[in-house]
Amino acid sequence: MRRFSSVLHRHPRLRLVLLLSAPMLVLVVVYLGALAVLLLSAFWSTDVFTGNVVKTFTLDNFRDVVSSSTYRTVIVRTVLVAVSVTVICAVLAFPMAFYMAKVASPRARRLLVVAVLTPLWASYLVKAYAWRSMLAGDGVVNWALGPIGMHGPGFGLPATVIVLSYLWLPYMILPVYAGLERLPDSLLEASGDLGAKAGRTFRSVVAPLAFPAVVAGAIFTFSLSLGDYITVQIVGGKSQLLGNLIQGNSGAANNLPLAAALAAVPVLIMVVFLLGVRRTGALDNL
Amino acid sequence: MTGNRRLVAISAAAMLALVACGGSSGGGDTTTGATGSGNEAAGQAFTPPKLKALDKLGTGEGELNIVAWAGYAEDGSTDPSVDWVTPFEKATGCQVSVKTAPTSDDMVNLMKTGQYDVVSASGDASLRLIASGDVEPVNTDLVPNYADVFDGLKMKAWNSVQGVSYGIPHGRGANLLMYNTDVVKPAPTSWGVVFDQASPYKGKVTAYDSPIYIADAALYLMKTKPDLGIKNPYALDDKQFTAAVDLLKKQNVLIGEYWSDYLKAQQAFDTGDTVLGTTWQIIANYVAADKKVKVEAVLPSEGSTGWSDTWMVATKSQHKSCAYLWMNHIISPKANAEVAEWFGEAPANSKSCAETSDKSFCDTFHASDEAYFDQVWYWNTPITQCLDGRTDVQCKDYGDWTTAWQEIKG
Repeated sequence: MRRFSSVLHRHPRLRLVLLLSAPMLVLVVVYLGALAVLLLSAFWSTDVFTGNVVKTFTLDNFRDVVSSSTYRTVIVRTVLVAVSVTVICAVLAFPMAFYMAKVASPRARRLLVVAVLTPLWASYLVKAYAWRSMLAGDGVVNWALGPIGMHGPGFGLPATVIVLSYLWLPYMILPVYAGLERLPDSLLEASGDLGAKAGRTFRSVVAPLAFPAVVAGAIFTFSLSLGDYITVQIVGGKSQLLGNLIQGNSGAANNLPLAAALAAVPVLIMVVFLLGVRRTGALDNL
Repeated sequence: MTGNRRLVAISAAAMLALVACGGSSGGGDTTTGATGSGNEAAGQAFTPPKLKALDKLGTGEGELNIVAWAGYAEDGSTDPSVDWVTPFEKATGCQVSVKTAPTSDDMVNLMKTGQYDVVSASGDASLRLIASGDVEPVNTDLVPNYADVFDGLKMKAWNSVQGVSYGIPHGRGANLLMYNTDVVKPAPTSWGVVFDQASPYKGKVTAYDSPIYIADAALYLMKTKPDLGIKNPYALDDKQFTAAVDLLKKQNVLIGEYWSDYLKAQQAFDTGDTVLGTTWQIIANYVAADKKVKVEAVLPSEGSTGWSDTWMVATKSQHKSCAYLWMNHIISPKANAEVAEWFGEAPANSKSCAETSDKSFCDTFHASDEAYFDQVWYWNTPITQCLDGRTDVQCKDYGDWTTAWQEIKG
C-alpha cells in the first residue's frame, strides 16, 4: 500500500491516467460510441421480411426522411411544439424566478426552491397519467370549466404542449433563478436613482443580463420537448411527434436504420440551436 | 482554445473513419442482394434456415422467459383467482418471468434480443420469426397434449413450413367492434360505422395502432367495393392498397385516439372519451368489470380480422426443456380453458371445452365451428408475392404497410 502510494507520488502522469481513465472510457465508449453507431447504422438498410439489418452502404434512409411529406410535417410539428413549450415555460418561469431571487425573504426563498423541485421527485409517467385523467372527458378540467360554459382541450396537441410545459417548468425556473440571483441589487438601485421606472429598468437592465439564463433554461425545455414521445402518446390523442416516428420505425417497423436516420434530425436541430445559443453566452450559465 | 481545436480534429477523424467503414462494408459481396433473397424466401420457395427441433426432453432448467400477449400468462397479479403460471412453477420448478407485448411487431423485436425462450406469436409474426431463424422447429411428440388440439389448427400456413411444425397452437379469436350502448344507437352491425364520414361519434372513435389495421379497412372494402377485387385483406396490389389507405386517411378525422396499449383503450372507454371502435374480447371484459359504462362487443356482418396464435421456441433459448414443459402446460385442458376464458378466445385443445367454468363457452366462441372462422381473416404478414395466389401483380409488403400507417396517422 505504501509502495503503491509512493509510486503514484513519483509518477504524476500515472496518477492522472488512473484518475481520468474511467470517466473518459464512459464518455468515449458509451456516449460517443453509441452516437457513432447510431449515425453509422443510418447508412444501412433492413431486409423487409425477416427484419434483419443488412450492412450495405446506402443513402436511401436520408432520402426517405427528406422526401417524405409525412416526415417533414411531423418534424415541423415537433419543432413548433418544442418552441411553444419553451416560450410558455419562459413566460411562466421569469416572474416566479424574479420573485424568488429579488423579492422573497431568505426563508420564503428556500421554501420556494423546495416547492419548485418537489415535482421532480414524482415519476414522469405518474405525472403524465395524472394529466390524462384530469384532461379526460369526465376529468377535473372539464368539471372546473363547465360552470363558466367552457370545456378543456381534450386529448391532442394543445394537451401535449400543456403537459410538457408542466413537466419541464422546473428546468426553466432554476437556471433563470440562478441567473437573476447573480444580478447585483445595486444595479437595480442605480437604475432607479437615475430616474428609470420599473418597466425601463426591466427592459434595459434585468432583461439583457438575465437573457443568457433564460436561454440556458430554453436549452433544457427545447431539447427535452424535442425528444419526447411518451407524453404525446398519453395525452396527444391521435397526433404523433418525431419521437413517435423514431419509436415506430425501430419498434413496429423494425427498421432500425431508418429510425437512426430520423434520430439524426433532432441531433442536427440541437446542434444548430446550440451554435446559435453559444453567441449569447448562455452556455456559461449551465 | 488549442485543446478545443484538437478535440474537433479528433472527432472529425473519427467521423471519417466511420464513414469509411460504412463505405467498405458496402463493397463487400457477402451482404449485397440480401434484401432480394429475403423477399424470394418469402415466396413459394420459402426456405427457412436449417434448424433442428429438440429430440428429447431434459430436466427443467429452472427458469423460463416468456413473451406473450397481455392475459396469456397470468400469475395471479392481475386477479388472484386468475393464475395458471404458479401451478406450472410448482410442478416443474421453472421460474417464469413474463414480458407482455402490445403488438406483433414488438414481439418480433423482443424475440430478436435473444433473451426470451418462448413466444405466443400471431400469424403476422410467426413467419417473420421462422424466416429470420429466431425460432426453431418444434418436436410435437414432446408435447403430449398436442394430440388433443383441434385439427383445424394443426400444420397451418402460419405455424408450419414445408411440413415441418414450428409451434403449438394456443387459441384463436376475432377482433371485435365494441361500442358504448348508451351513446351509440342504433346498435351497429357493420364496420361501416367506424368509417362513416358523417359519423355523429366523430372524435370518439378508436382504432388499433398497428400497420396490420390496414387489413381491417381492406376487409371492409372487400365486402363493400367488390369491383376492387380484393380476395384476401393481406394481399393488396397497388390499387387495392391505395383504396384501403385512403379509407383510413379519411377515418383519421373521426379518430379520437389510436390504441395499442390495452389499458389505454380500457380507460378511454371508461371515461367516455372513446365510444366506438375495434377491440379484443378481453378489453370488453375489463370495461364491463369496471362498471363505469355499458359496452357491447360484436362480430360485424363483414366478418373480421383475427388471430390464431402459436407458441414458438427461440433458437437461442437456454431453457428449452422448460419451454416444452410450458407449451404442454398452456395447452393442457385446464390451463387452456382458463386462458381462453380469461382472454376471450376459442381454446386450441378440444378437451378444454369440458373444463370451462361456463359450459356454453366453447359454443359462444365457436371453438370447433370452422364455418365461423372462415369469416375471420387471421393476421398474416403481407409479402410481395400475393398471398391470394395472384402471380400477375406484386403485392405491397409489410414495409410498405408500416410506411403507409405513419402517413395515415399524419
